[in-house]
Amino acid sequence: MRRPLLWAPLALFLLIVGLVVWGLRRPDDTTIPSQMIGKPMPDFVLQPAVASHPGLSLADLRSGRPHLINVFASWCIPCRTEAGQLAELKARGVPIVGIAVRDKSEDVARFLGEYGDPFERIGSDPRSQVQFDLGSSGVPETFVVDGRGVIRLQHIGEIRPEEVDSVYRAWEQAK
Amino acid sequence: MPSLRGAKRRGNPAGLRILAGLLRFARNDGIGLLFLLAAAPVFAQSALPPSPYAYTQLEDPKQEAEAKALMESLRCLVCQGQSIADSDADMAGDMRALVRQRIKAGEKPEAIRRWLIERYGDWVSYKPPVEPLTWPLWAAPLLLLGLGLVLARGRFRRRRR
Repeated sequence: MRRPLLWAPLALFLLIVGLVVWGLRRPDDTTIPSQMIGKPMPDFVLQPAVASHPGLSLADLRSGRPHLINVFASWCIPCRTEAGQLAELKARGVPIVGIAVRDKSEDVARFLGEYGDPFERIGSDPRSQVQFDLGSSGVPETFVVDGRGVIRLQHIGEIRPEEVDSVYRAWEQAK
Repeated sequence: MPSLRGAKRRGNPAGLRILAGLLRFARNDGIGLLFLLAAAPVFAQSALPPSPYAYTQLEDPKQEAEAKALMESLRCLVCQGQSIADSDADMAGDMRALVRQRIKAGEKPEAIRRWLIERYGDWVSYKPPVEPLTWPLWAAPLLLLGLGLVLARGRFRRRRR
């Protein structure tokens, strides 16, 4: 038997151990980025989620100025914690529209009353259809869409206080 | 039958030990177990009823079979370890509704898969595409089979000698 071949199983074993250790040490990332970034938003029309706000359609987004689309739900716990950050973005002049996923009108109204209302429009997405259109895989998610309706940024999860600046910059760059 | 009774007697302490261990576990970790039972699911579910066709089969059995095969090879975006056919998450239900409605409208299953991959990437499909990145995956069975044949041939030759 040739000598080097004798060492092959050990080398293979060490290779596998190395792979396992590398895989274990890598932080677990379960986010699924949308493939729609840089692509135009598909055509859609959403009915108003609450009586106090108009609904949302593609035409509203192609008005020439960039928007923030906040995909949220009243039943989503992390959505409650980003209210302050959304209010700050609104105060800085960012127009924010909402998509309420699988939500009831009265629940959305209560949510807005309790946690604040930064939205110009809120469309109701009772069957997650527009969420699929956006390539969004959960709530909350926030998208920056430019004035021509092209998706520029996807922010997965709630916007934390330290992330307000980067979201704002992405919105400015979309102008 | 003394031998059998002996075995029984010997077996008993072991059974008792296991029972005692279980009791100890219940006493020490009972509170933890309670918390586990009372814990809310990580992914909250909405109050809306499921979409039509989320839990309803298509009327045409042939179309339903097509939809089922596709749903079993699409990954749930929320639970991530399950196919949408297996998952009870709201979003998986909405994806099943989307699949069934499109199949009903006459769309081909592979077209629906492409539509979803366009939005979520290859990740959403359990069927790996054939592309340079996945060539090793597809070639591995052939390579391993070839290696096995070579090894087997070597062994048989040596034995014959």
